Amino acid sequence: MEFVVNGKQLHVAADPDRPLLFVLRNQLGLTGAKYGCGEGQCGACTVLIDGVRQPSCITPARTVAGKHVTTIEGLADGDRLHPVQESFIECDAMQCGYCTAGMIMSSVALLHKNPAPSEPQIKEALEHNICRCGTYNRIVSAVQIASRRMMSGVKERRHA
Amino acid sequence: MPEALRDETAARSLPDRRFFLRALGSGLLVVLTADENTAAQESGHHHRVDSEDLPQNVSAWLHIGPDGSITAYTGKAEVGQNIRTSLAQAVADELRCSPSAVNLVMADTARTPWDMGTFGSRTTPTMAPQLRKRASTARELLIGAAAQKWSVDGHGLSVANGCVKNPATGTTARFGELTSRIDWVKSVGQGGLVTSPAKWQVAGKSLAKVNAREIVSGKHRYTSDIERGAMLYGRVLRPPSFGAKLESLDAAAAQHMPGVAVIRDGDFAGVTAPDEHIAQKALESLKANWEENSGEPSVSARDVFAYLKQHPAEASDSWGHNSTARGSIKEGLQAAQKTLKATYTVDYIAHVPLEPRAAVAEWNGSGLTVWTGTQRPFGVRSELAQAFAIPEGQVRVIVPDTGGAYGGKHTGECAIEAARLAKAAGKPVKLIWTREEEFTWAYFRPGGLIEITSGASKDGVLTAWEFHNFNSGPSGIEAPYEVANQIIEYHPAKSPLRQGSYRGLAATANHFARESHMDEVAAALGMDPLEFRLKNLKNPRICAVLQAATDSFGWRKTEARHGHGFGLACGTEKGSYFACCAEISVSATREVRMERVVQAFECGAIVNPKHLENQVEGAIAMGIGGALFETIDFANRRILNPRLSSYRLPRFSDMPKIEIILLDRKDLPSAGAGETPIMGIAPAIGNAIYNAAGVRVRSMPMLPALAKA
Repeated sequence: MEFVVNGKQLHVAADPDRPLLFVLRNQLGLTGAKYGCGEGQCGACTVLIDGVRQPSCITPARTVAGKHVTTIEGLADGDRLHPVQESFIECDAMQCGYCTAGMIMSSVALLHKNPAPSEPQIKEALEHNICRCGTYNRIVSAVQIASRRMMSGVKERRHA
Repeated sequence: MPEALRDETAARSLPDRRFFLRALGSGLLVVLTADENTAAQESGHHHRVDSEDLPQNVSAWLHIGPDGSITAYTGKAEVGQNIRTSLAQAVADELRCSPSAVNLVMADTARTPWDMGTFGSRTTPTMAPQLRKRASTARELLIGAAAQKWSVDGHGLSVANGCVKNPATGTTARFGELTSRIDWVKSVGQGGLVTSPAKWQVAGKSLAKVNAREIVSGKHRYTSDIERGAMLYGRVLRPPSFGAKLESLDAAAAQHMPGVAVIRDGDFAGVTAPDEHIAQKALESLKANWEENSGEPSVSARDVFAYLKQHPAEASDSWGHNSTARGSIKEGLQAAQKTLKATYTVDYIAHVPLEPRAAVAEWNGSGLTVWTGTQRPFGVRSELAQAFAIPEGQVRVIVPDTGGAYGGKHTGECAIEAARLAKAAGKPVKLIWTREEEFTWAYFRPGGLIEITSGASKDGVLTAWEFHNFNSGPSGIEAPYEVANQIIEYHPAKSPLRQGSYRGLAATANHFARESHMDEVAAALGMDPLEFRLKNLKNPRICAVLQAATDSFGWRKTEARHGHGFGLACGTEKGSYFACCAEISVSATREVRMERVVQAFECGAIVNPKHLENQVEGAIAMGIGGALFETIDFANRRILNPRLSSYRLPRFSDMPKIEIILLDRKDLPSAGAGETPIMGIAPAIGNAIYNAAGVRVRSMPMLPALAKA
C-alpha cells in the first residue's frame, strides 16, 4: 500500500483491514497517536487524512491508500513547534498528556477549516476528544490563543 | 543504566560506599536514612499495611556528579499530577539552581529507593520535604567545601546557578569541582534544613510541565509506546463472566496463523503474535467452553445497595472498621426542634484512565524486566516475584510517566499477564488491555449506602448527627461540624464487584451525603445554607474557603428562579480545605446544564499555582461525571456497559465556566492536592438542583434519579 505520511511517500505491507493506528504505531514507529477505546469514541488516536481529522483506530489501512496522513510527529517545522503545540504548553493544557496528541490534531484540523472559531465552536469540534484529567477549559484557551497568533500573521505551514 | 544498582539491597538497606561508587562513578551522594516514615492511609488493594510494607533504611537520595549534574531519585510515579515538575522545583529551590538543571529518576525499582506507592496525596507533604533535606544537605556540604578551599568562613558564601560564590572576592567554584573535596557519601536522618515557604525562590511560582515539549510533540514514550527488539504483541482470553472456569479450548485456527502462539495454563489462555492486529484475530478465532459460576447469588446494579447492607464483611482489611461516638444521640434528638433522616447512595464507577493498563515484559534468563503504568512499582515487583516464585531482586519494574491512574493503577495483573506470555514465547511481549478489559478486569470505586439521622435546634445548631456508611469507605467520614452528640460508623460489606482506591476514596461519597444532608436541614429550618454551615463550624480554614468561594460566587446576590439554581458544599480531607459553589440549570426534560463553578481551595503553601489550579479544575471536571452520569451497570457477573459508547464520561460540552480561588498559606506546610478538590462538586450540584427544581436527589449519579423524580 502506498501513502504519504508526514510528507514522506511510503510503501507499507499491511492487511487491508488493519487499523491505520496499528500501521502507524507498530509498523512505522509513530507512537504519538494513542489507543484509547478502539471505537472512535475518545479521539486519542486522531490523525489528519487529507487535512480532515479521523480516528485512526477505526480507519482501515486500505482507505488511506494514495492519501496524505499527518500525525503529531509531523506538525513541527524542525525544532519550531506548531502554534497549537506551543499554546498547549503555554496554557498547561495537559496533565498526563495521553490525550494531548489527539487534542492537538483535532484543534489543528479545526483551525484549518475555521481560523477564528468561537468558544462554542471549539467545544463542538473537540467533543469527540476525551481528556480524563479534565483540562478541557485550558484546551479551549490554548486553541483560542493559537487561533489569534495564527491569524495575526504567524504563518502556518501548510499541512497535509 | 548502572549495573550495580540492579542489586536488590539498594532498595532495602543503606547501600555501602562501594555500591554507589560502582553505580554512579564519583561526585557527592546524599542519602536519607529514615528512622520513621509516614504510612499512607491505604494500600489500594485491601491488604493490611504492616511494618514490612514501610520503607526500610533509605527513602530518598540525591547525586551531584563531578560534571555538576544533579539527579534526584524517588520511587514516586508521574501519572499526570505533575510531581516530576513540583519535585524538581523542590530540589532546585534548595540547591538554588534552575529546575531544568535537576534530573529526576522516578519509579524504577532498580534505580530508585523503595516507596510504598503514589497515592493518598502523599508526594507533596512527604516526598518533597525528603528531597529538600537531601538537597539542602548537599548545598551546605558544597558551601563547606568551598569555604575550606578558599580558607574563608562559609557564612559569607552564596549559592546560585550550580556554583558557590564568594561575593567578597567574586570567586566562584562549580558544584562538580567541589564534590571531589567532600567525603563521598553523606547520610542524614529525618532532620535537616528545609527552606521555609516564605523564602522559596523556585517553588511557589508557576512552572510549565518540565516534559511538556515531549508530550505535545508525541515523543514521550508511555508504557504502551515502549518498543523492544523482536517484541511480540499479546492478547488474553477473557471469560464471559466473573469466576468462570475454562473447560476446553480449541486453538487450531489460531495456531495456523503466521507467527502466532497460543498459551494455556489452567484458566489462563492467551496469544502472542508479531503484530497487534494478528494477535487480535488469533484471539477472536479461539473457541472456548466456559463453565460459568453458578454458586453464589448474582447481584445486579439494581439491588446492590440492599445487598451491601445485608452482607457485612469482617473489618480485616486496611480500610478497617471506623467508628466515632460522642455524647448521646438520643438526648441530641430529644433536644432538637427539627429531626431528619435520609439515605444516600453512590454507584460503582470506573477510573477510565485514557491509557489502559499496559505492560511490556522481557525475560533475561531468570531475570524479569517489566515496563508498566502503575502507582505502585515496588508492590507490582512483589506481585511479579510471587507469581513466578523468583526473588524480588531478579525483578525490575520501570514506570514510564503514565497516562492517568486516579487510584486505579495500584495492582499488577497486566504486568503478570505480559510476563506469563513473554515467558512462554521466549521473547519480549507487549500487552495493552483493551478498553473493554480495562472496564471489566480492573477494579471499581466502591458503591455504597449512607444513612444519616440528624437533629437541630430552631436557631440552627446541630444537636445530633448519626452517620452510617455501608461499603463505600471511611475516608472523609468525620463531620467538620461541631456536634455534641455523634455516632459515625463505617460498615465494611461483601462487595459483589472487585473494588479499590479511587481518587479521594470514599470522601466523595461521604461529602455528598453529608453536604446534601446539611442542605436538607437548612431547608427544613428555613435557613440559608451558608449561614447554617457557619453556625456549626469553628475550623477557621474551612470558614476561610467558604468565605472566599461565596464572596467570589456572589452567594445570595442572585435569587434562584425556576429551572436555575445555586448550590454550596464545603469540607476538608488530607490536610486540604475546599468550598464549592455551583450554578446550574435544569431543563423541562430534566437535563442538567452546568453553568458556573467557583471553588476555593487551600492546601497550605502553594508549590506551583498554575499546576494546582489545573489539578483543582481537573478534579471538578472528573467529579461532574460521577455526580451526574457515570455508573457501572452489572448483572449476572457481567459488566453490562464496558465501553465508552455505553459509559458516559465528561466531555467539553459538560464543562461549566470554572473559577478557582487559591488561598496561599505560606505559614503552613504544603498538603497534597490531587484528590480533595474532587469532593465538593457533587453535593454542590445536588444542592443546586434542589434550589432550581425543588427535587432532592440522594443518589450519585444524579441524572437517572432526577429523570424519574
